[in-house]
Amino acid sequence: MEVFTTYAILKIVWWLLLGVLLMGLAIMVGMDMGVGTILRYVGRTDEDRRIALNIIGPHWDGNQVWFILGGGAIFAAWPTIYGTAFSGLYVVMLVLLWSMIIRPLGFEYRSKLVSPQWRNVWDWTLFVSGFVPMLVYGAAMGNVLMGFPFHFAQEGTAVSVYTGSFISLFNPFAILAGLLSVAMSALMGALMLMNRGEGALYERARRVATLAGPLALVLFTVAGIWVANMKGFVIDGTVDPGMQASPLVTQPVSIVPGGWLHNYATHPILWLLPLLAYAGVALATLLARAGRSHVAWWLGALAWIGILGTVGAATFPFLMPSVTDPTHSLMVWNASSSATTLGWMLGWTIVFVPTILVYTSWCYWVMRGKVTAKHVTTDDHAY
Amino acid sequence: MVPSDLVVDLSRWQFAATALYHFLFVPLTLGLSFILAAMETVYVTTGRKIYKEMAQFWGKLFAINFALGVATGLTMEFEFGTNWSTYSYYVGDVFGAPLAVEGLMAFFMESTFVGMMLLGWHRLSRVQHLTVTWLVALGSNLSALWILVANGFMQDPQGATFNPFTQRLELTSFVHLLFNPDAQAKFVHTSLAGYVTAAIFVVGISAWYLGKGRHVELARRSLRMAALFGVLSSVGVITLGDALGFIDGGRQPTKLAAMEGLWETEQAPASFNAIAFPSQDEQRNLYSIKIPYLLSILVKHDLSTPIVGIKQLEQEAAQRIKNGIPALTALEAIQQNPDNKQALATFDAHKQDLGYAFLLKRYAPDVAKATPAQIEKAAKDTIPEVWILFWSFRLMVAAGFAMLIFLVFATLYSLKTDCRRTGFLKIAPWFIPVPFFACEMGWVTAEVGRQPWTVYEQLPTWISASTHSASYMIFSLTGFVLLYTSFIVVEMYLMTKFVRKGPDEPGSQAGGSLAGQPVFAHPLLAPNRD
Repeated sequence: MEVFTTYAILKIVWWLLLGVLLMGLAIMVGMDMGVGTILRYVGRTDEDRRIALNIIGPHWDGNQVWFILGGGAIFAAWPTIYGTAFSGLYVVMLVLLWSMIIRPLGFEYRSKLVSPQWRNVWDWTLFVSGFVPMLVYGAAMGNVLMGFPFHFAQEGTAVSVYTGSFISLFNPFAILAGLLSVAMSALMGALMLMNRGEGALYERARRVATLAGPLALVLFTVAGIWVANMKGFVIDGTVDPGMQASPLVTQPVSIVPGGWLHNYATHPILWLLPLLAYAGVALATLLARAGRSHVAWWLGALAWIGILGTVGAATFPFLMPSVTDPTHSLMVWNASSSATTLGWMLGWTIVFVPTILVYTSWCYWVMRGKVTAKHVTTDDHAY
Repeated sequence: MVPSDLVVDLSRWQFAATALYHFLFVPLTLGLSFILAAMETVYVTTGRKIYKEMAQFWGKLFAINFALGVATGLTMEFEFGTNWSTYSYYVGDVFGAPLAVEGLMAFFMESTFVGMMLLGWHRLSRVQHLTVTWLVALGSNLSALWILVANGFMQDPQGATFNPFTQRLELTSFVHLLFNPDAQAKFVHTSLAGYVTAAIFVVGISAWYLGKGRHVELARRSLRMAALFGVLSSVGVITLGDALGFIDGGRQPTKLAAMEGLWETEQAPASFNAIAFPSQDEQRNLYSIKIPYLLSILVKHDLSTPIVGIKQLEQEAAQRIKNGIPALTALEAIQQNPDNKQALATFDAHKQDLGYAFLLKRYAPDVAKATPAQIEKAAKDTIPEVWILFWSFRLMVAAGFAMLIFLVFATLYSLKTDCRRTGFLKIAPWFIPVPFFACEMGWVTAEVGRQPWTVYEQLPTWISASTHSASYMIFSLTGFVLLYTSFIVVEMYLMTKFVRKGPDEPGSQAGGSLAGQPVFAHPLLAPNRD
C-alpha cells in the first residue's frame, strides 16, 4: 500500500472537485443549453418560446457560472492543463467561446423588440449557443480518451507545443461523445420544460425527452464498446503522486489497447458508474413518458454523474494524455498547482460551494410553479 | 519553440482590444448596481412608488448593459489560456487562485441574483427583492476586487516565489497576494470610477428627459441621487488615483518615468511636464511645458526625494540583466540535474533578476554568450512606450477633473427645487461618453505601463504568448472584430431605443408579445407594431 503525502491527497481531492464542477456544469448549464437546442422545436408559437425562455430565465445566468467556475478552477488547480488545452485547441476554444458569448444576448435582447425577424435571429442564436457548446464539451471528453498531440519544450520555462490540426479534434469518436452530451442536455432541458410548462409546450418537451433518453443510451453503449477496444494510456513504472508538478520531467507512460479498462479491472466496483448512467437515463425516460418529470430530472442528473464518472474512472490519473509523446502526458500528479494553492483553494471551495448550492436552491424554490402565458405577457421584465 | 514577434504583437492587440471592449460595460455595471440598490432602498423604506419605477426603469438599461458585460467577460477568462499559455503555466498557480475565488464568491452570487432581480418583482417580497438587489451590487463589486487582486499580482508580484524545479511562480502567501497595496488601491480607484461612470450615465439621461419635459418627476429624483453619488465617488477616484500614483511610483519606476515623460533623473523638487511631445528614439521631449516643484509633490508627497529618469532606469536594468544571466544558466542546469547543488546556490544568489535574463533571451537565445549590444537592446525594452503613457495618463486625469466639475454643477442644479431648463440640461447628455473614455485611458495607463512585462520584473510579455501561427491569430482577430462590432451596434440601438421610449409611456411595447402569431409567418406580412 502506497503512503500518500498531504500534497498527493490534495491533488486527488482537486481531481474529485474538478469532477464535481464538470458535473455541475453538465447538469445546470447543460439543461439551459438543452432548452436552447430544442427551443425552435418545442415552441411553435412565439408565446411558447417565451414561456420556455422564462422557465430558465431567472436561472440561466447563475447556472452559466458553473462553466466559468470550471474554467477558473482548472486555471487555479491545473494551470498546466489550462494553458495546454486552451491554446492547443485554439480554434475549437474560440468556436466554443463565440457560441457562448452570443447566449447572454440571446436571452436579454430577444424579446426586447416586437419583430418576428428580430426574434427569429435570436432563436437561431439560442440554438447555436445551446447545441455547439454541448457538442464541444462532449467532444473534449472524447478527445481526452483519444489523447492529444502535444509535447513540452524547454525555453527557460516550459512551453507547450501542439502539433494537431483543428479538424482532427472532430474525429468520429469525439463527435459521438459530443452527440451524447447534446442528447443528455436535450433530455435535461426537456425535463425542466415539463416541470414548469403546460399544454403544447409540455407535450413537445415530453416527446423530446422520450427520444433523447434512448438516443443517449445508444450513444453511451457505442462509446463504451469503442473505448473498450481503443488504445488507452497506462503507467508502467513507478510514479510518485506527491511529485513536484513539472511537465518537463518525463513520466513512465505507455499506450496499450484496452488500457482504459485497467482501472475497472483493478477495482470492479467502478462498474457501478456506467450502471448508474444506464439506470438514470432509462428510468428518466420512462418517468418522462409517465409524466413524472420532477423525479425524472433528478435521475437525469444522476445519469450525468454516472456518465462523467465513467470517463473519470477510466482515465484516472490522466487528465491530458499525449499521443505524440506519452511520457509528456499530463496527469493528476504532474499537472497540478502547488500544495499551498490547492490548500487555499480547497478552503474557499468548502465555504462557498455549499453556500452557492443553498442560494441556488432558494432561487429555484422562489420561482417554482408553472410559467404561463399570463406571466410572460404581463411582466414587463419577462424575456 | 517560442512565439514569433508578429504573433506576440497580434496576441497583445487581441487581448487589449477585447479587454478594452469588456471594460466599456463593467464600470457601468459596478456603479449602476449600487444606484439601483439605493433607489430601491428608498422605495422600501418610504414606500413611495416613484422609487420603484426608477429602480425598474434603470434596471432595464442595466440588463442591456449587463448582458454584454457577461458575454465579453467570458472572452477574458478564455484568453489567458488560448493566447497566453506560457503565462498561464508560469503564473497560474498564483494568478488562477483569485480568478477562481472570484467565480466562487462573487460572480456566482451576482449572476444568480441578477435573474431574481430582473424577473422576481412579482415573486419576492419587498425586503427579499431589496436584499437580492444589494447582493447583485455586492457581487459585482466583489468581482472587481478579485479581478484587481489578480491584476495587482501582474503589476507588483507579491506573495509568490519562483520554484526552479517546476519552473514557475508558486504561491507562498495568499494574504500578501490579497493585501497587495497596488491591488487594494486599484480596486477602490476602479470601482469608484465605475460609480462615477454610472452617475454620469444617469445624470445625462435624466437631464435629457428634463430638457424635453418628459418623466420630470422620475428624472429629477434620479438626477439628484446620481449627482450626489457621483460627486462623492469622484472625489474618491481622484484621492485613490493619487494614492495609486504614490504606490506605483515606488514599485514601478519605469511606469512612473514614462507617465511623466522623465528622461533625466530630476533632483528634488522635481518639476512636472504639463505638456510634452516625447520621442523614444531620441530619448528626450521634443517640446514641453514644465511646472516647477509639482512632480515631487504629486508622486512623492514631499519636496526632497529625487525622481529617477528613464536613462538611469535603463542603466539599472542593464545591470540587472547581467545579474540575471547566471540565474537562467543555472536554471537550465537544474533542469538537467535537479540535484546540482552548485547550480541551485548560483540560482538562489541571482534569482531576483531571472525575469531580466528572459528579456535578454529574446535577442540572445544563449544568454551566456550575449554581447553588450544585445544587453543594451534588452535594457531599452524595459521602458514602455512613453508617448502613449504620457498622454493616456493626462487624458484620464483631465477627464477625471472635468467630471468632478461637471458633477458639482449637476449637484447644485439638482438641489434647486425648480427644474428650469438651463444650459446644463443641454450639455449633460453629451457628457456621458467622458467617463467611459477616462476608464479606457486608465486601463491603457495601467497595462501599457506594465510593459514589457506580463508579470512585472518576473515574466516578459514576449515569452508569455502561445505558440500559434499568425493565421490562427488573424482568424480569431477577424472573428472578434465581426462579433464585437455587431454586438455594440445592437447594444447601442437597444439602449437608445429604451432611453427614448422612457420609463412609463402608455402602450409600451417592451416585452410585447406576438401572441397568437405563427412564428414562421412571412416577416413582411407580420404586423409592424413599432
